[in-house]
Amino acid sequence: MSAEPDGPEDRLRRFATIWSRAVFPVTLTSLTRPEFEKQLLPLARRLSRALRARTFDAAEGRAVGAALVAAHCTDPDALSRTLDCVDAYLVLYCGEGGDQEGLRARSARLQHAMAAGFAQALRARTLAEQEAIAQAALRAQGVVAQALHASEARFRAVFEGAAIGIGIADLDGNVLEVNGALLRMFGGGEHNVRGRNVRDWTHADDSPHVWRLYEELVRGEREHYHVEKAFYRPDGTVLWTNLTVSLLRDADGNPQYQLALMEDTTERRLLNLRLRYEATHDALTGLPNRTLFFERLEKVLNAGPGHRFGLCYLDLDGFKTINDSLGHAAGDRLLVEVADRLQSCATAPGEMVARLGGDEFVALTTGPDTRREVDELASRIMNALVAPISIDGRELTVRGSIGIVEGPAGERSAAEVLRSADITMYRAKSAGGNRFELADAEADARAITRHGLTTALPTALDRGEFFIEYQPLVHLGDGSVRGAEALVRWLHPQHGVLGPDRFIPLAEHTGLIVPLGRWVLEQSVRQAKEWRERHAGTATAPLRINVNLSPCQLTHPGLVQDTVDILETAGVDPDALCLEVTESALIGADDDLLKPLRRLAEMGVDIALDDFGTGYSNLANLRRLPVSVLKLDRSFTQSMQQFPADPVDLKIVDGIVSLAHSLNLAVTVEGVETGAQAEQLRILGCDTAQGWYYARPGPPERLHELAMADTSG
Amino acid sequence: MERPAWAPRSIDISVPSVARIYDFYLGGSHNFEVDREAARRAMEFMPGLPKIMQANRAFMRRAVRHAVDQGITQFLDIGSGIPTFGNVHEVAQAASPGARVVYVDRDPVAVAHSQAVLDGNAHADVVAADLLKPQDILTSPQVERLLDLDRPVALLLVAILHFVEDADDPYGSVAQLSDALAPGSMLVLTHASYEGIPLPAERAGGAVDVYKDIRNPLIMRSRDEIARFFEGYDMVEPGLVPMPHWRPDTAPEDEDPYAFSGFAGVGRTA
Repeated sequence: MSAEPDGPEDRLRRFATIWSRAVFPVTLTSLTRPEFEKQLLPLARRLSRALRARTFDAAEGRAVGAALVAAHCTDPDALSRTLDCVDAYLVLYCGEGGDQEGLRARSARLQHAMAAGFAQALRARTLAEQEAIAQAALRAQGVVAQALHASEARFRAVFEGAAIGIGIADLDGNVLEVNGALLRMFGGGEHNVRGRNVRDWTHADDSPHVWRLYEELVRGEREHYHVEKAFYRPDGTVLWTNLTVSLLRDADGNPQYQLALMEDTTERRLLNLRLRYEATHDALTGLPNRTLFFERLEKVLNAGPGHRFGLCYLDLDGFKTINDSLGHAAGDRLLVEVADRLQSCATAPGEMVARLGGDEFVALTTGPDTRREVDELASRIMNALVAPISIDGRELTVRGSIGIVEGPAGERSAAEVLRSADITMYRAKSAGGNRFELADAEADARAITRHGLTTALPTALDRGEFFIEYQPLVHLGDGSVRGAEALVRWLHPQHGVLGPDRFIPLAEHTGLIVPLGRWVLEQSVRQAKEWRERHAGTATAPLRINVNLSPCQLTHPGLVQDTVDILETAGVDPDALCLEVTESALIGADDDLLKPLRRLAEMGVDIALDDFGTGYSNLANLRRLPVSVLKLDRSFTQSMQQFPADPVDLKIVDGIVSLAHSLNLAVTVEGVETGAQAEQLRILGCDTAQGWYYARPGPPERLHELAMADTSG
Repeated sequence: MERPAWAPRSIDISVPSVARIYDFYLGGSHNFEVDREAARRAMEFMPGLPKIMQANRAFMRRAVRHAVDQGITQFLDIGSGIPTFGNVHEVAQAASPGARVVYVDRDPVAVAHSQAVLDGNAHADVVAADLLKPQDILTSPQVERLLDLDRPVALLLVAILHFVEDADDPYGSVAQLSDALAPGSMLVLTHASYEGIPLPAERAGGAVDVYKDIRNPLIMRSRDEIARFFEGYDMVEPGLVPMPHWRPDTAPEDEDPYAFSGFAGVGRTA
């Protein structure tokens, strides 16, 4: 709309501009001033019309006043400035040509109406806005309350349905709220829990820090703690829990409540105890088992200097027989009874009885005077076994062998102690049983070595740990070498070279003597062949090899065949071989035992009777034996090492030699160590000799050298 | 069932609300005496506080119009408070009738009031959520219904970030929101600062203390700190400036001196 300069429209606009400039600074509208002025322009027009209208209409003035409020001129200053502006400029800009006096009066009345309209609108707006915000607050509270109620309902469901116990108490410890799970843990009955005080729930098993943590929490110094805690139930039983207690603070962070979450671990604990019991006790007898015993023993052995221990290792004598004859059920009942009796023997503090397995039991004492106590303990055990045990109406007499180990802690491991006790127990057993023996280190060491050698024997042969040394047999008449005795040696990886006395008995015991003997025979025969080939063409008699036969080999059915095979394989005549059999092996020998020897003798193999004179030889028996050589034991010739020799010995040897020669037997003497001895034996008529005087056992080459020296010398 | 004694209390209108204080500054009556009392105490230190709020509203109006001019018709106004007059949806829908607006506030009373005001407006709605939980905002049914996040959105953070302490990582929240918006989106932001206030800082500090007292601490940030919110955005001319200097419709020198307190800016992603 264009406005003619200084025309009515232009003047109206100028009025609106003045008005907007006056009011704009006190409005809080986000409009710009020109925009605001555009809002005022229609209001200015209405005022202009009302000013010049024939009759005064207060409603127009009120409407303009109200419109100001609608344009966000809510500040009272806006009204004040508006009225100032209307008073000063409305008539000036919009009342041109009219009755100035009347216009002024009209303007004044319009201002009154505007003020009334403004106040009325502002009041209405204020009330409406107050109403709106109050409604909003109410609705918001409703929404929050609803959400709270929903979350509370969910929380309640969780609280009530939780499997863990939940309880809330104030900071004085008064229990305010508990859930069903917690009540059930305490055995039901709200009165048992609610209204009680947390501090009453002390338990004998509480560690001191449980209550220190509690005090820290209720003082607000700690946000939560986690402990394992026991409670007494009203019926006196114990409730074990994993307990977590947290501090609840109010909105300002002040401590307000304590929240306890507890998990019932009673059964788990019992189960753990039970599992632990089962893992450490023997199911049959209920005694502690090997595991628990070792734990205890190790504890004792690690107790440090000043502590001692005493241990009895019991093995029932002849239990296997009982088991085999009466059955396992009877055997088990016997073991249970024995266990009960043993249990009653070890009742003092520090004493313990355990079953290691089978019929092996151990008793341990750790008292102040173990030397005496372990002795008494062993005696009590022996006494406890004296009364017969009644099984299935039979009175069974049970005996046992006990190995005792006593000593200071810290020197040996549990396994070593038990091994020593085991060895000692076997010593008691091999001494006839029904007794106890005290361990001693030397006996242990022997047993341990024997044990080690026995287990190492079988592989030793495969590994080629055996070798043979040869000790020359010399003709006493001319001093020539006639042959050699093959002596087997064991080059043990740890123990070095071992003589036959160390392992032949073990080999006999394990049966390894048969393959070992065969191996010795093979080697020796091969060696004999070599010697014979070297000596071929010399004047002396062919060299002969002496090989020992153990009693076990003697009874082995393959003896003759094996010997024949070995001789044939080597291509050696039977007369190159002499088998030595001990006198004791042939004592009381019947024809069956002698038959193989006789077969060998018939083939031309010489049989020598070794260690002659040590057994109770029936001299008359000599005729019956397929023997061609007597090897006189060194005990007869020892006295001849000095000069003059014991005349009794001289007579005995003289007699034996006469007897042998009359039976057409040659006589060999062992252990010749001096020239005097050799001379004496030669005078007595002995045929051949061996001993250190001539040569110690050695490698086969040495014998060859000796033999050569002999021929050349 | 009886309410357990330890359960939290519901909302408390006896505690001042920044949204209602803001309304009071703007001449509204959507407030209670506690709000007015707090506002009057702050105005004892800074009598021109209403002018700062008015400048905020005026800036927002210009920024919304600018966004519409640039083709943006979707608006996410976080910290919208109590819409007294000249709200985003009024400005935006006046300029582009189909414009869509989602308001967000964490004050339940402000949200309830907005719901009443927006009742019947199919293109505007309000979400009760917290700026510090952007996912709650982005996944709200209102945002999903009204905003197409594949198209540019104007994100309005007007006079809100100065109520978030650094410990709550306001930069992280802004970045998360920005990341969710399509290229070409805008960030519209104003922030309080000691810079530009026509008073000694210690005097302005008195007003800051009032906000601390009502547990809505006012965090005054430097211009550089405020500029960091625009990381990833290209600043729209004239950049981060006192509010009256941002694309003014009228001469800035006519503005009240308080209007120059703090900074305003608009950024846009490429």
